[in-house]
Amino acid sequence: MHDKTLAQLSTGLAGGEFSSVELTRHFLDRIAALDGRLNSFITVTEEQALAQAEAADARIAAGEAGPLTGIPLAHKDIFCTQDVRTSCGSFMLDNFVSPYDAAVVTNLAQAGMVMLGKTNMDEFAMGSSNETSYYGPVRNPWDSSRVPGGSSGGSAAAVAARLAPAATGTDTGGSIRQPAALTGITGLKPTYGRCSRWGMIAFASSLDQAGPMARSAEDAALLLSGMAGFDERDSTSVDRPVDDYAAALEHPLAGLKVGLVREFMQEGLDSGVAAATEAVLGELKRQGVEVIEISLPNAHLSVPAYYVVAPAECSSNLSRFDGVRFGHRCEDPKDLEDLYKRSRSEGFGAEVKRRILIGTYALSAGYYDAYYLKAQQVRQLIAQDFRSAFERVDLIVTPTAPGTAFPLGDKTDDPVSMYLQDIYTIAVNLAGLPAISIPAPPAEGLPTGFQMIGNHFEEARLLNVAHQIQRETDWHRQVPAGF
Amino acid sequence: MSLSSDDIHKIAHLARLAVDEAEIAPLQRDLSNILGLVEQMQAVDTSQVEPMAHPLEMPQRLRPDEVTETNQRERYLRNAPAAENGLFLVPKVIE
Repeated sequence: MHDKTLAQLSTGLAGGEFSSVELTRHFLDRIAALDGRLNSFITVTEEQALAQAEAADARIAAGEAGPLTGIPLAHKDIFCTQDVRTSCGSFMLDNFVSPYDAAVVTNLAQAGMVMLGKTNMDEFAMGSSNETSYYGPVRNPWDSSRVPGGSSGGSAAAVAARLAPAATGTDTGGSIRQPAALTGITGLKPTYGRCSRWGMIAFASSLDQAGPMARSAEDAALLLSGMAGFDERDSTSVDRPVDDYAAALEHPLAGLKVGLVREFMQEGLDSGVAAATEAVLGELKRQGVEVIEISLPNAHLSVPAYYVVAPAECSSNLSRFDGVRFGHRCEDPKDLEDLYKRSRSEGFGAEVKRRILIGTYALSAGYYDAYYLKAQQVRQLIAQDFRSAFERVDLIVTPTAPGTAFPLGDKTDDPVSMYLQDIYTIAVNLAGLPAISIPAPPAEGLPTGFQMIGNHFEEARLLNVAHQIQRETDWHRQVPAGF
Repeated sequence: MSLSSDDIHKIAHLARLAVDEAEIAPLQRDLSNILGLVEQMQAVDTSQVEPMAHPLEMPQRLRPDEVTETNQRERYLRNAPAAENGLFLVPKVIE
């Protein structure tokens, strides 16, 4: 059952080929048998999963099922889940049991999906390798000595190893797309405001966005349909109907014009990834797509601007962890200041502290204009580059990450080299655009990713193009040995 | 851009983080490296550029000022490290 697509699982459930309880049990058994090698789950919610599966079976029997009813999935542990520990990969929240569900969790539960558990992630989503998690690193199912990418590394590894049919992720600077690329799956970061951020633990509020992680564009389309939608509880949620993503998948691509970002095909790009990118472009051309070179002249400033905007917002968002209302509290505080300082120092890991400190510095008196204001201006220039490009092309394409999965420990001593993992993905978040990563041909046995960026709210087009590529190729059908 | 050990102490205090002496030197190195990366922005002239405050350039939505949430004090206090009589407990603030 674990080799079926979401659409096939849906058909199998509707036709009585298997029940949701059987399906859920199958994936729970796979997690129990195989996740010791990956560490992709922080919490497995067996009891709740089987109860949800029973309810889904009843719904199917009553003829009240939707396309997602009865299908299991995993949630990144950044999404609040009622009565289930929600740790965000941090010791700070190791004891936090959420009193409510995130909007995305509610939406998918109402669609009848079954939650298998909560996936591992970089602490507070800050990282590109899943090595900053308090719960230990996740291993890449393609090579256990390598990272799965991050921050949604647990979701990516679980889907790649087929421990879950699909999973949710979040993407602030590439945290869905880069792990999708490094594990050979399909991941979509929707337009800012497309999925509600309510109940999604905040990292950088002007950049954070939830999205689907799945084994194909078709599956991602189905999952996104269940996740997206307006939510008045999120003040930046956009009140706009959700497109019919599944219906758009079959449009032929002839006549489409895509722009390859010249700056992203130059130095710093692994030659295997460059060749993989060219192979996907070849497939697009075969389908009648015109490929031209475009320039994003300010894109090289996206990592610098991001490392002001994201830490600044993070330092503000993470001030809520004060040892008073929830989360870790130090022993025997001598006064309130000691309580704050020691609770936070003990609760947060090194990378989170670094980002809080950078953000605090950038927002402190005398430095605001030089850092935060400057970064918001640079952000405008980057967004303007995209606006100009979309006057010439329908889609923008790039490699997703500069290389393939790297060995554990390779970049942990050098934050800046880790940050450069997201060099092709970060500009998209700064501009609030949707982008998808799909598997390109492997390089030396490891997955590579091909990124497509659309204009605001063009998720349907991204999924359509991705699906048309996947219909004609088998790069997304590769599975890691032993899983 | 390089930060002194005094800078680190000052920023850590603003962020309410306790920093051990042993952490100061690595933090000086890492934060200075990150600021070095950030410094690349200074090469571009942005004097005529409107700062981007929202990725979709939209105003913040307002809602009617009506009560929408019911009181769930006990439920929300359940995650508190120390609570009593419906209140969060902290060390004595006023002598």
